[in-house]
Amino acid sequence: MINPESAQPTSPAPAEDVVVAVRDVHYAVDGRPIFKGVDINVRRGRITAIMGPSGTGKTTLLKLITAQIQADRGQVLVFGQDLAKLGVSETYAVRKRMGMLFQNGALLTDLSVFENVAFPVREHTDLPEPLIRMLVLTKLEAVGLRGAAELMPAELSGGMARRVALARAVVMDPELLIYDEPFVGLDPISLGVILRLIKQMNVALGITSIVVSHDVKELASIADDSYLLSDGRVAAAGSPQELMKSHSEAVRQFMTGGADGPVRFHYPACDYTTQLLSAEDCE
Amino acid sequence: MSNGNHRVFLLEGVRKMGASAIFLMQLLAQIIPAFARPRLIVAQIYNSGARSLIIIMLAGLFVGMVLGLQGYELLRRFGSEEALGSAAAIGLLKELGPVVTALLFAGRAGTALTSEIGLMRATDQLVAMEIMAVDPLRYVAAPRFIGGVVAMPLLAGIFSLIGLFGAQLVGVQFMGVDKGAFWSQMQGAVGNRDITEGIVKSLVFGVACSLIAVNEGYHAEPTAAGVGLATTRTVVASSVLTLLLDYVLTAAFL
Ligand SMILES: Nc1ncnc2c1ncn2[C@@H]1O[C@H](COP(=O)(O)OP(=O)(O)OP(=O)(O)O)[C@@H](O)[C@H]1O
Ligand SMILES: [Mg+2]
Repeated sequence: MINPESAQPTSPAPAEDVVVAVRDVHYAVDGRPIFKGVDINVRRGRITAIMGPSGTGKTTLLKLITAQIQADRGQVLVFGQDLAKLGVSETYAVRKRMGMLFQNGALLTDLSVFENVAFPVREHTDLPEPLIRMLVLTKLEAVGLRGAAELMPAELSGGMARRVALARAVVMDPELLIYDEPFVGLDPISLGVILRLIKQMNVALGITSIVVSHDVKELASIADDSYLLSDGRVAAAGSPQELMKSHSEAVRQFMTGGADGPVRFHYPACDYTTQLLSAEDCE
Repeated sequence: MSNGNHRVFLLEGVRKMGASAIFLMQLLAQIIPAFARPRLIVAQIYNSGARSLIIIMLAGLFVGMVLGLQGYELLRRFGSEEALGSAAAIGLLKELGPVVTALLFAGRAGTALTSEIGLMRATDQLVAMEIMAVDPLRYVAAPRFIGGVVAMPLLAGIFSLIGLFGAQLVGVQFMGVDKGAFWSQMQGAVGNRDITEGIVKSLVFGVACSLIAVNEGYHAEPTAAGVGLATTRTVVASSVLTLLLDYVLTAAFL
């Protein structure tokens, strides 16, 4: 469609270069606002990092982008299409162009590692078996788990499961890859492998990537753009290097890991002393 | 106060029935597409059917034996022990076969379906499928539903056959009812209508029990407790609905 080379790092993104556009999105769960007007642009062929403290709604944002939930207000456009206006089959058509790595892998437990990676291929294509085999083994080799092809998901460690899930996410050559916390609980070697894979897929295949994580250091090494979510809004945006040098207290707090500051570490609650000293639960 | 509670309870009941009806429609829409993957359906018939086979056969044998004993005792009072064959056959085909099979199915296969689907929900597997543009209704729910609907009449038939064997064992072998009279009376008394009633009942129970099991699993709260609760609800709802439908269908066939 559009030439990925045309994305200029510093100039404002032309509309057709934006793969995912989140526009003034508001979203509340049980009356508690999670997003109070979020704007995010994910540009073609780049790695966009979404950072933020635990519970700020990073996973929720991914649910909005993958059309699992709908925004109360505002728009989410993926590949230029407003998700709220799509029917079921159109939503599936959009999803066929994206891959997602879940926080916990979400492998299908009744299929072997090989069959898990083969699953989208079998469902969406009529490729002959030898070709499927080649495709799956190539992807498994890339994540270093070709030897584990016959294992069942229950026999994998968490990190291995995530790597299999990554192989499954890329097996259909998506245009957009979404990673939810890809670095959590990985040993340094696997971490390096995953980091390199994310970068490689972006550089070699031109896949647009969204990476959600709190690992500032890891993200800084691969991300082109980054957004820091806090308290239902985008607290800061820019390249990771810009965020590192930011003068904003909130950004600095997140980057250095302080509990006190403008970014709330605590889930909203009533006054601590009041609750400890009174017999009843407060509102 | 209690009036208000009743209203809430009633509203909740109506809401749930409406939600189940919508789910049934969505599920039915995926039945034909699901046949594109016949292997999945066969696997689920095996899952629901073959794995319930032993318990169904054992239960059928014991129910038949009790029927033989009680039937013999009752019929002897009227001096018509020879009618034992027809009494047992009609009782099994029309009532005990479909009903007891459905109750056992709810406890064995239904709970397994609910907890399996519920766990798939809790571990994001259903969402992962949706993101891979595979409809979990087609890939997970429909084959399990079809498997249950197909398995139920087969299981009920096996139950009735084994039950008949049990009744014969007690009546003829132990109590000394004439073997020829047992079978010939049975052949004379059992009509096509009785067999149809049995098949229709077990098909309806199959739809009801499978729908409840799949629905509860699909909509289970994605936690350990939520899946446990959904499993319990499957057994309770399936059992009550089976008995209620049994009355309705019996009345309809009169
Ligand atoms: N199903 C739900 N019901 C109620 N509240 C929810 C639900 N899902 C998420 N939330 C709330 O939404 C907020 C954002 O959750 P989310 O999972 O998106 O956070 P996150 O940024 O991904 O956190 P983490 O980094 O820990 O994964 C949380 O405060 C959480 O309490
Ligand atoms: Mg999360």
